[in-house]
Amino acid sequence: MKKIRIREQYCMGCRLCEIYCAVQHSKSKDLVKAYRGEYPKPVPRILVEEKEYLSFAIQCRHCEDAPCISACMTGAMRRDPESGAVLCDEEKCVGCWMCIMVCPFGVIGRGREKKIISKCDLCLGEEEPACVKNCPNEALVLEEE
Amino acid sequence: MVKSSPPSGFLIDRDDERCIRCQACVRMCSNDVHAYDPEEDIIVSDSSKCVGCHFCEAICPTSALTVRHNPSQYRENFNWASEVINDIKTQAGSGGVILTGMGCDKPYPIYWDHIVLNASQVTNPSIDPLREPMELETFIGRKPDKIEIENFAEPKLATEISPQLELKTPIMFSAMSYGSISYNASLALARAASEFGTFWNTGEGGLHKDFYRYGPHTVVQVASGRFGVTREYLNVGGAIEIKIGQGAKPGIGGHLPGEKVTGPISETRMIPEGTDALSPAPHHDIYSIEDLRQLIYALKEATRYEKPVGVKIAAVHNVAPIASGIVRAGADFVAIDGIRGGTGAAPKVIRDNVGIPIEMAIAVVDSRLREEGIRNQASIIAAGGFKKSSDVIKAIALGADAVYIATAALVAMGCTICQKCYTGKCNWGIATQDPYLTKRLNPEIATRRLKNLLKAWSLEIKEMMGGMGINAIESLRGNREQLRGVGLNEVELKMLGIKPAGEAW
Repeated sequence: MKKIRIREQYCMGCRLCEIYCAVQHSKSKDLVKAYRGEYPKPVPRILVEEKEYLSFAIQCRHCEDAPCISACMTGAMRRDPESGAVLCDEEKCVGCWMCIMVCPFGVIGRGREKKIISKCDLCLGEEEPACVKNCPNEALVLEEE
Repeated sequence: MVKSSPPSGFLIDRDDERCIRCQACVRMCSNDVHAYDPEEDIIVSDSSKCVGCHFCEAICPTSALTVRHNPSQYRENFNWASEVINDIKTQAGSGGVILTGMGCDKPYPIYWDHIVLNASQVTNPSIDPLREPMELETFIGRKPDKIEIENFAEPKLATEISPQLELKTPIMFSAMSYGSISYNASLALARAASEFGTFWNTGEGGLHKDFYRYGPHTVVQVASGRFGVTREYLNVGGAIEIKIGQGAKPGIGGHLPGEKVTGPISETRMIPEGTDALSPAPHHDIYSIEDLRQLIYALKEATRYEKPVGVKIAAVHNVAPIASGIVRAGADFVAIDGIRGGTGAAPKVIRDNVGIPIEMAIAVVDSRLREEGIRNQASIIAAGGFKKSSDVIKAIALGADAVYIATAALVAMGCTICQKCYTGKCNWGIATQDPYLTKRLNPEIATRRLKNLLKAWSLEIKEMMGGMGINAIESLRGNREQLRGVGLNEVELKMLGIKPAGEAW
């Protein structure tokens, strides 16, 4: 499957990936409207980790052996058979946060609006994930694994 | 008195309707111009610190930022221009030399813009470069006085040809040292030159071990500081260039501040970490053409006469006789850097007042070498402010073999010529060694863009050549009949060796 590869040597820590991710998953999908008009404010599903000059953006790794799928008691967390991505069925999620507990990368978050989790969906349906498309320095690339 | 310091030349306009407080500008500015105030939920920009590099503008996702000229003005005065007043205020405060970066920005005439090219009409056919082969291949090095062929049944070249650099296009990347520019910027230049089939130049800072694999496309420089010069370094390059002078600062040495001499740079330059890298103004072993000849031949010996050895000088008043001496001293190419040539750091007064325009230098050097019958003995590489493909083709028609570009290459990598290279805070990750900033230049993107620039200019050169009915750059070299001057006086036309527009062959 196609996965997002992180090239930390080119990540400059501008956090534009976070902005574009949040907007991609907002109602209006418009930068200014999403940030200035929507409430609750859109939440990114990607996170830039920083320590001194080292920084990198991390989002769901869509693990082959995904602990979040095993830990999910309602079966909301599942693997999309077509893309191979790990996705959450928001109708089934009850917000028990078990997936958040078991995720080894800490890339599953709590949604703001409803009591459900929020995680990277690889922007399925789009040509490229928003973070990859908008990284100004190509520190994130979508590659066949 | 009120100690007045000069105002910043720039003003930052923030469209608050569009600002989403993402703080990308706050995180990215190395001059700490922008700051977020969480109490008021606003971003405040301190324009007085802005250098006008436009990085925040480029990174702002909603285009909320505009960096523009500060409209604050002194009373209009042609003689006491704002720059003059500000420089005096700066020096009254600092008591020092004013430093600057990049090339001379003063309005000396740009002769390229007063020279026009010819095209074929009726009596000679023009060539369509998209349908017919066009040759941009250029060879840099000593050419034989005559060619002898043996065995006419199966012809074979009897003359031994001196080592040559083979370029796919007559454009090379000029000297920029690792130290003055970042590792990633050097890497991009090296890769682009290797992949396109031209050359890049190490500058005086030695060659990082990682770049040895680009050696065949590298011109290695030997400058007055002799940084990083070893037998291995000389032999790994495709050619050697002895740097005598630089267009931005003729007669002046170099000074890389100790803060920029980080671990890998200290290793490459072979000097202790954190010490200032000082290049003396002259080579202390070269005080005459005879001394220069000794160094040229020492370098040729060290590389078993397998590589062209050239000399780079700044274009100064006596450029023609100096170039003649250099050729007679045994150089295989002469690189001439005009007054608009760039630098990482130079005293402003030198950059803006010393040297002559490259157009004049090419013309007089080419004429002089022809008159003396030694033009074939060395190639001429022109440098200093080449901004367009038309400048390149005009330089070749004036008599250059190839040109060096550096500022244009930096612009392709993001540079906006803010002239603050000497501060080491380049937001674009080019003229800096700060690890927060250097990673902003992804060498993959930069290589791609440099190759695009070379490709685009080469295509344009082919178009212009085709229009003139010329299908090989060799046939254009020194072909000043293809040039005419517009708006130039008689003396300028004579110096350039071209006819005024309107005068036929």
